[in-house]
Formats: sequence, C-alpha cells, structure tokens
Amino acid sequence: MATLHTINKSPFERSTLVSCLNHTSEGDKILLIEDGVIGVRKGSAFAELVKSAQSNCALYVLAPDMEARGIAQGDLVDGVTPVDYSGFVDLVAECDRTQSWL
Amino acid sequence: MAMDEAGGGGATTKKFLYVNRKAPYGTIYALESLEVVLIGAAFEQDVSLAFIDDGVYQIIKGQKTDGIGAKNFSPTYNALGDYEVTKLYVEAESLAERGLSVDDLMPITFEDEDDDYAEKPSIQVVNRAEMADIMSGQDVILSF
Repeated sequence: MATLHTINKSPFERSTLVSCLNHTSEGDKILLIEDGVIGVRKGSAFAELVKSAQSNCALYVLAPDMEARGIAQGDLVDGVTPVDYSGFVDLVAECDRTQSWL
Repeated sequence: MAMDEAGGGGATTKKFLYVNRKAPYGTIYALESLEVVLIGAAFEQDVSLAFIDDGVYQIIKGQKTDGIGAKNFSPTYNALGDYEVTKLYVEAESLAERGLSVDDLMPITFEDEDDDYAEKPSIQVVNRAEMADIMSGQDVILSF
C-alpha cells in the first residue's frame, strides 16, 4: 500500500520536503520535480536529510527538471534515482495513491 | 514638474539593485527579472544584480531545458555586459548551503571600455555581510 509523494518546491523556500519526510510510511516513494530537485544536490544543506530518508523510502528525481537547473546525475545525493516522464507515470501506476506536497 | 526627471542631460543617476532569490523555470520570477533588467538598462542607471538564496541557480552552468519544454534563457546573462550591467553579486553562503561553488556558475564577463576593452568577470562573490552593505547602499531595490 505504497504512496507516491511528489514535491515541487525548493526545500530552501518551503517546508514541503521536510514535512513530507515527516509523514512517510515504510516503502513509500518520493519524487522530486520542478524546483524540488534542488533538494537532492550533493553537498547541499538537505543532503543528509535526503540520505537518511532512504532508510525507509525510495527517492527519485525527474531528470528533465534536474537538467534544466544544471544538475547532472553525478551531482545527486547517493541513492537518488533519476527518472524521465514515462518513469514518472510508472511510479504513479505502481503506487496505490499519489500525494502532491504543494 | 522639471523635465529633466524623465531623462536628458540633467537626469540623476540612481543606484538600482535587482535582488534575485528564486530558481529558474519553477516560477516566472527569474525570467521576469532578467527582462526588467534589460528594459531598465535603456535608462542608463547604475545597475547591480544580487543573486541570493535559490537565485544562485539562475546563473548555474549547464542548464539544459529541452526536456521541460521551456526556453533556456541562461545565455542571455552573457549579454548583460553589452547593456553596461557589469556588477553581478553572488552570495557565498547561498552557494555553500546548496553544495555549489563559483566554479559551478557561468563565466559571465564584460568588456571594460575604460581599460582598452579588456574582458573582465561580471560575477563577484561576496559574503552575507557584504551583501547587506551592498543593499543598504542602493537608491532603489527591486525584488524577484
């Protein structure tokens, strides 16, 4: 009964990433899109939080949004998986529900 | 009302600072700011740009927007020098918090007409206290 959580705001600007991570269940998936991708850059102030979140959730980032903001695959926090738009659709289909943190 | 307020020989030059705090593409602020800077450049004022918080992402290298169907406007920052917008202040703490360094930014330059058109960097990395001083030294501050 997994939930897909999507986050579209920068964690430096809104508390949605932190709030989402405080409300996840074991086996949930988290997809960072739009300005949310800023949270998964290696070395950022949120890198440790993102790393520790992976103990019970899988983290994904939408590659086109990441590339638009100059973030390469090698810049991601270890364990975060880039997906394309069809990968986004797959995640939605695999999960029982989607929660958008706006 | 004096005519010289609107321009001409007697017009006063004011110090304008455009404060950029948002990442590009997720919202329209970054593009709108750049448009206003370019339009404002026609008024021959003393213009500076500040990049703080997520605004530092506006001038990051390697932006590829094919996948999101948005125009990559980052090359336009390189044209600012031609409009005599040559002071781009980037806050060091904002870069560090985001795991970025000055090497991750585009090498934006201008040609210094007072120095035989030597190519010089437009980007100046300043710390938070210096940025506060830059802000307090302005006549007009426009936030995006």
